Amino acid sequence: MKAALDKQLWWTLGGVFGVLLLATVIGQVLKWRARTPGAREAAGNLNARVRAWWVMSAIFLLMVFSGFAWTLVLFGLLSLLALREYLTLVATRRADHRTLFWSFFIITPLQYVLLAYRWYGMFAILIPVFGFLFIPTRIVLAGDTEHFLERAAKIQWGLMICTYCLSHAPALLILKIPGYEGHNAQLLLYLVLVVQFSDVLQYVWGRLAGKRRIAPAISPNKTWEGFLGGIASATLVGTLLWPITPFRPWQSVAMSLVVTLMGFAGGLTMSAIKRDRGVKDYGTLIEGHGGVLDRIDSLCFAAPVFFHLTRYYFA
Amino acid sequence: MSGAVHPLTSVLAGLARLISGVQVRWLDCRPEHHQRLYFANHTSHLDTVVLWAALPPEVRALTRPVAAKEYWEKSALRRYVSTRLFHAVLVERAPDAGGMHLAAARDAVKEMLEAMGERYSLIIFPEGTRGSGEALAPFKSGLFYLASARQGLELVPVYLQNLNRILPKGEILPVPLLSTVTFGPPLRLEAGESKKAFLGRAEQALVRLRSA
Repeated sequence: MKAALDKQLWWTLGGVFGVLLLATVIGQVLKWRARTPGAREAAGNLNARVRAWWVMSAIFLLMVFSGFAWTLVLFGLLSLLALREYLTLVATRRADHRTLFWSFFIITPLQYVLLAYRWYGMFAILIPVFGFLFIPTRIVLAGDTEHFLERAAKIQWGLMICTYCLSHAPALLILKIPGYEGHNAQLLLYLVLVVQFSDVLQYVWGRLAGKRRIAPAISPNKTWEGFLGGIASATLVGTLLWPITPFRPWQSVAMSLVVTLMGFAGGLTMSAIKRDRGVKDYGTLIEGHGGVLDRIDSLCFAAPVFFHLTRYYFA
Repeated sequence: MSGAVHPLTSVLAGLARLISGVQVRWLDCRPEHHQRLYFANHTSHLDTVVLWAALPPEVRALTRPVAAKEYWEKSALRRYVSTRLFHAVLVERAPDAGGMHLAAARDAVKEMLEAMGERYSLIIFPEGTRGSGEALAPFKSGLFYLASARQGLELVPVYLQNLNRILPKGEILPVPLLSTVTFGPPLRLEAGESKKAFLGRAEQALVRLRSA
């Protein structure tokens, strides 16, 4: 069983490498064939995205296969970067300064420390219960009541998405799945691969065949063709990855379908905030992609649902 | 004072960029080695170090921030940081240049001109003190006197955004939000331009960068 799992893992990693290589070749061919300024710009943007994918894949795989502690460090940093982008965008007031400090330097690190101690009960309620009560209390102590409820809600929401939801991805590592001991990192790899392939495939299908827009007011690039093609092909990728999971093939179909749909919901929801604030991206950290939150919005929505389905049915 | 760059300056600049997540934009302006005067809005203790860190290293080595003497000479550590790391020009803060303290303002301008010599650029905050971040305070006259003393000097407007949220007035601990530093097209004092007209034009240059 274990040897078989390891062999499947190498196939998976080889597949990722192959896809990146293919994307790199396609990008270079398009750049070479581009004649108009528009085509050159499109090829340049594609190549920037592909370059960033190489870097992101390398960082993710390196950290995840370095073990539990490094995985927590990686996701803890991603939470902080995402929270930073989110809170920069939403309006807070001068009196929220100390509450924001708590959110960055106490609550978010504590969420990952609880995972490190594998204290699931507290991990599951820290932000939805204690954070939920602490944040309005800390704001009220600062003495400024203007837009009080709005400010408390915005900060709480940011912590829920960027810290609480995202932390459910590395939380897969503390699940005890009979017959799958020592391989939980592959479950995390599965989740991240399906979510990210879904994003990429929706983008590719949308570029190639996109006509009818789903939500023109929110995201001009999301089309029915992109959505259906992307969800179907990403679910197929997820299904083919079943050998690295504890799932049967049909279960892998269901799981990857749920993950891709949640990812779509995440992308759309986080776009609505950007439109409301009148910006295109959350940040500029990842060339061609925007900010960290632009890249992991779908993962934030998919991770808790995937975690709880796996925990309920398999652990 | 030699112009040698302290080895810790690049560490300090890196730390400032990390905390402030600064995105640097140059709009109709490019980093240059020649003498300039950078003037910016002032809302946070981070302003000086982040603006300074936003400059390319070789330009940074030729740029000296102007800072308040009464604050930076209070302890040995502050004096070391300001003079050795930032190579800052410490001047008496002119309380108001509305006539009464004109002599003090003139002295400060004289010290700044001496510190510039033929080599250095300066960073100044013409509002004189830190504001809330919402509206600009009226500019003090120093900017005008510096520009009149050095004909043809380029004055570069620099708009600092969000640093007041990262480290507001009265707080000690920063919150790591993202900030933006925008360098705008340089201004020059026109021949015969009045103090009021020039300062108004300089203020408008900063206001424009806010929405650019």
